[in-house]
This record gives sequence, structure tokens and C-alpha cells, in this order.
Amino acid sequence: MNKPIVVDDASFDQTVLQSKTPVLVDFWAPWCRPCLMAAPVLEELAEEYAGRITVAKLDVDQNARTAAKYGIMAIPNLIIFKNGKPVSQIVGYKPKAELKRDLDAALK
Amino acid sequence: MNKKYEVIIIGGGPAGLSAGLYTSRARLNSLLIERGVVGGQIADAELVENYPGFPEGISGAELGQLMHQQATKYGLQTLLTEVTGIELQGEKKVVATTKGSFTAKAVIIASGSERLKLGIPGEEEFTGKGVSYCATCDAFFFKEQPVAVVGGGDAAITEALHLTKFASRVIVLHRRNQLRASRILQEKAFSEPKIEFLWNTVVEEIEGKDKVERLRLRQVITGEKSTLDVSGVFVSIGLTPGTDYLKGVLPLDAAGYVITNEKMETEIPGIFAAGDIRLSSARQAITAAGDGVTAAIYAEKFISR
Repeated sequence: MNKPIVVDDASFDQTVLQSKTPVLVDFWAPWCRPCLMAAPVLEELAEEYAGRITVAKLDVDQNARTAAKYGIMAIPNLIIFKNGKPVSQIVGYKPKAELKRDLDAALK
Repeated sequence: MNKKYEVIIIGGGPAGLSAGLYTSRARLNSLLIERGVVGGQIADAELVENYPGFPEGISGAELGQLMHQQATKYGLQTLLTEVTGIELQGEKKVVATTKGSFTAKAVIIASGSERLKLGIPGEEEFTGKGVSYCATCDAFFFKEQPVAVVGGGDAAITEALHLTKFASRVIVLHRRNQLRASRILQEKAFSEPKIEFLWNTVVEEIEGKDKVERLRLRQVITGEKSTLDVSGVFVSIGLTPGTDYLKGVLPLDAAGYVITNEKMETEIPGIFAAGDIRLSSARQAITAAGDGVTAAIYAEKFISR
């Protein structure tokens, strides 16, 4: 099973920005119900895109520095990073098909 | 995972969980499909004070978990995934999800509703940049900043009260001259020093550079226009049913609500609807639970007919 990985302020640079494969970062918090709703879909995506895209989760409550750096003002907030740069962003709970469209675009 | 069930329930809020409790106790092989986390919209509420049996109130998330625990105890199975459509194959109902298809003799649709948007310039552009539809999710990002809440119902006032824990000022903008929210919430809001009200006021535009900076307002009676400087705007003007996946399967009203009779039956035999998704629902956790039970009882009758 390929599961989403947990990243924080300290590991963000190495794990996300230096990654050779695109990384989907889920900016979330435990008090946010739509974030919890998105969690199983992200687990499915981690499995389906294993080896091609890394799925990572960052708790904004514990990691305010990274959340502020990327101007996060609403969660769930999913940003795809490619070669250290954000290439697409989805704010709010969205159907899986929409997330897959963005992930497929990032792989091109 | 088993693919055949007697009853499939779509949605894990009070309606779906109550339906699942009854179908499971009726010894019907039941599957509940929920997009992500059980509890439904009530799970957003910090404290639910109007659900009978909890005189001190209960957190919405805990209420949802307890309902789920109770239904699971009698055999309800839960699958966390997204439903993409329902198809009829003779008497059989096929529920398509992102984890494959499942069949059932009866389906209870209890997938609730989602937030309405304002439909004004700037709203789409600044979603996630100061425009929010979930105060419990996003209040945290507006510490010591002024924010507006648009709406006057229970949800809007609950959100305004929640925002006072973070924001410097909370301005409630309401298109009428009085709130729709229950009296007890109104009393709380009126006595909260951080909350201000602008009556008979609508938002015409949301403006800013990279994020929300101000709202353009119009007083609906005098027509007078003004601006309001805020960092965030929380939209809570009502709900719309999430029934896109039911289009072409079931008759829906113009707004998208599912039409049922008093037995929660839809036009298609064996498909029931319960809770917020249903036209003329009172949109309360307890009425949703009641709908779910009614649907479960008539689903059982349908299966054993």
C-alpha cells in the first residue's frame, strides 16, 4: 500500500521542493471536516499514482510557516508542486475526477 | 469486498446513519457509502444544543460518531468513497462509485446538501483567498483581522459566533432587517461585542489585489452604496442539494431537490430519499434522522413485499 506521507516545516524543502517526481500537498487541519472528507480520496490517489506522484499531507496548525509561505487562507487546499514550483491548486473539497485531471496534467 | 447488498444508503449524516441503524436491525444486509467522514453537516457544529437527549449539548462530530457506532453495532457496513451515479437494471439498482459498482434491492439517498454561492464578481476569483464557505475550517487564518459573514440563518450566526474567537471584528451582512436564526442564537450574537450587523445589505462585489481587501455593498431599501474593508468573507446564505449524480435518474425540482411522498419514496420503486436532499425537508439533524428511519421502514417493506 502506498500511503500519503506526512511533511512539516522542516522537511518541506527536501521532501516536496527537491522531489524529482511531482508532489501533491494536502494542506489540512484536524478541525476541518472537508479535509477529513478528502482524506480517503487522497489515499486512493497515493495508491493509483504510486511511483509517479507523491501525495503529502501538511497540517497547517502545526506548520504555519509553510502555510503562510504559500498564502493558504482556506482548507482543504491541494497544491501540486513540480520541480519545486506550484503548478496547480485546488481549494475546497472537490470530486476525485477533478483531482485526477490536475494530476494527469502535471504529469505531462 | 461484497458487491451485493439488500440496501445501499448514500450519505453518512443523521439521515443515512439513522436509516442504517434501522435497516441493520431489520437484518437487511446494508452498506452505507460516505464521501469521507461520517456525521454530515452537523459534524461542523461545535455544539449541538437542539438534538433531544443531550441536555448539555453535544459536539456535532461526536453525535455523528455515536450514531455511526450504534448502527455499526448492528451490522451496518461503511465504505468511504464517492458515488458517481445510479443505474437501474430491471429491479436491481446499481450504484457506481470510484471504488467500483455495488448493487442493491433498495437505495436510500441521504447525501445532503452543500453551500450556495453568492454569484457575484470576485467570489470565484478570491475563493481560498479570503472568500470561504466554512468558518470552522478557515477562521484560523483570520486571527486579529476584520471579517464579514453574509447571511442571517442559524448557520450564518453560528459561524459569526465561531469567528469571534479569531477575528478582530465580525460584521454580519443580511439582506433583510431581521435574522432568520433561532432566537437563542440571536440573543448570543446580539450580546457578543465583536459582532456588528449591517441590515438590508447585500454584497455586490468582492475586491482586492491578491486577496480579499474590501466588499462593495448596497443598502437594498435606500439603494445607497458603500464599501467595507475586510480580510475575509464567509458566505452562509443557504444550501443547495448535491444531486448532480441523480440527474436523469430521478425527478428533481428546479433547485435540484429530490421529490418524495410521505413514505420517503421517490418515483422509482425501491429508491428512497431522506434528509436535507429531500424537497420540503425542515433541514434539521433530528428531522433528517426521522426521514432516515421512515425511509428504512418502507425500504424493508419494499424488499419483503
